[in-house]
Amino acid sequence: MARAATNRRMLVVTLIAWAVGIVIFFPILWTVLTSFKTESEAVATPPTFLAFHWTLENYSEVQQRSDYFLHFWNSVVISVGSTLLGLLVAVPAAWSMAFVPGKRTRDVLMWMLSTKMLPPVGVLIPIYLLFRDFGLLDSRIGLVIVLTLINLPIIVWMLFTYFREIPGEILEASRMDGAGLKEEILFVLLPMAVPGIASTLLLNIILAWNEAFWTLNLSASQSAPLTAFIASYSSPEGLFYAKLSAASTMAVAPILVLGWFSQKQLVRGLTFGAVK
Amino acid sequence: MATAHSRAAARLTMSPAVILLLGWMLIPLVMTLYFSFLRYNLLMPGTEEFIGTLNYQYFLTDPAFFSALFNTLALVGGVLVLTIAGGIGLALLLDQPFWGRGIVRLLVIAPFFVMPTVSALVWKNMLMNPVNGLFAAIAKGLGLQPFDFLAEAPLSSIILIVTWQWLPFATLILLTALQSLDRERLEAAEMDGAGALDRFLHIILPHLARAMTVVTLIQTIFLLSVFAEILVTTNGGPGTATTNITYLVYAQSLLQFDVGGGSAGGIVAVVLANIVAVFLMRMIGRNLDI
Repeated sequence: MARAATNRRMLVVTLIAWAVGIVIFFPILWTVLTSFKTESEAVATPPTFLAFHWTLENYSEVQQRSDYFLHFWNSVVISVGSTLLGLLVAVPAAWSMAFVPGKRTRDVLMWMLSTKMLPPVGVLIPIYLLFRDFGLLDSRIGLVIVLTLINLPIIVWMLFTYFREIPGEILEASRMDGAGLKEEILFVLLPMAVPGIASTLLLNIILAWNEAFWTLNLSASQSAPLTAFIASYSSPEGLFYAKLSAASTMAVAPILVLGWFSQKQLVRGLTFGAVK
Repeated sequence: MATAHSRAAARLTMSPAVILLLGWMLIPLVMTLYFSFLRYNLLMPGTEEFIGTLNYQYFLTDPAFFSALFNTLALVGGVLVLTIAGGIGLALLLDQPFWGRGIVRLLVIAPFFVMPTVSALVWKNMLMNPVNGLFAAIAKGLGLQPFDFLAEAPLSSIILIVTWQWLPFATLILLTALQSLDRERLEAAEMDGAGALDRFLHIILPHLARAMTVVTLIQTIFLLSVFAEILVTTNGGPGTATTNITYLVYAQSLLQFDVGGGSAGGIVAVVLANIVAVFLMRMIGRNLDI
């Protein structure tokens, strides 16, 4: 009796949960399906769900028309580059905040977080003009610099919360054994910190990949990452749903897969360890 | 015990990050402040001159400013309420045992990884378009008149799109918090005759307070400067119906090339964000121990 009731309850919950999950996922599913349709089938009434003539035509056309691979590569360079550069600066900073906290460490951390609240438009004009004058507009290096700076506070915070959980006694023990600062970082801290650094890396690549204020405003064609590449599809010429879908699928797929793999670290990382 | 040696090393290792951030914050901000007191239009080079607070007077008395302020608050507030309420509901659902939980979880978090320009374009064209969109097809199938979402309810439509993007984040965090809840307390409360509503209000909701604070903080940071979603769907229109402060300043500076006026708007945006930040930081200080 009890078991039958539990089973029935589980069946009901299963149905509701799957329905909700599919509704939330539906825009993505629909985009992926449409990307395999012909343009006329993409706007057919009533819409076709699975029984349509599947084609890969849109994908090759998107590549020909707007050079997807160039923009994909720009996205990779900008997101990975800015994250690595950020880690280079943030690892030492977070290390000292976690292991040699001073009286002002907490204030410095809060101040860093508060710089994230500075609205980007507050500095849009000077950055735009500086970029223009230094020839950095529409350059990958310019976008790497800006994304490094805007994500730096988040990187420091994430690393800080991971490092803080490494027991300090281990460092002291290694210091007693005569390890210098360099050995301490290289052989003791880094191996223990690798999981934290890896999740920080992953989450920041995702954030940088999807960043759509600076990339839209500071890039034109050559350095445009996928965010800006897709925005160029906002003024349609003729039939374009299937091509828009193919371009969207290609822009989202790599990071969606990465995101699914990182889902375990996501909560911890993005809430700076406040929710585990 | 930290030695003087390690203190010095600590200061040294922190300085690049601090200096970079300080430079990133101060240099452009001082420039913006300076430009905001100038007549400075990129289309009229050489006519720059000091005009005092005139840019601010124009910006703050512009009716577009008030509608942008309202739109910003409506967008942030609307999305926060919807994602937190929806997130609690979804978290309670996903916390139950059912078949295929791992897969449903993947489906629910997926929108978070979709870049803003893609989600905006997909919603605008393939779902909300009054002629060829899927919603229109469904409406026609049911014998209803298709609704032109972005023309007739532009701000609500954008709130809906942004909510779709942020609901996974809220859900995931609230779900994680929910899973750390002590089950025995819930069972004990049930034994004592507490109804489902009582258990929700007096045990579950207080347990989620901290997670809700975190969601509010992080989402507010991102929601105050929603930009791409507006740029590719409505361009701030119709009229100024979907122009938020970020978009208003962008339009003034990079579309009308009015650097002076745009800078004044930028400074106003910074001041407003600071008001929100002070409020948020206080809330965090109370709810999180750092």
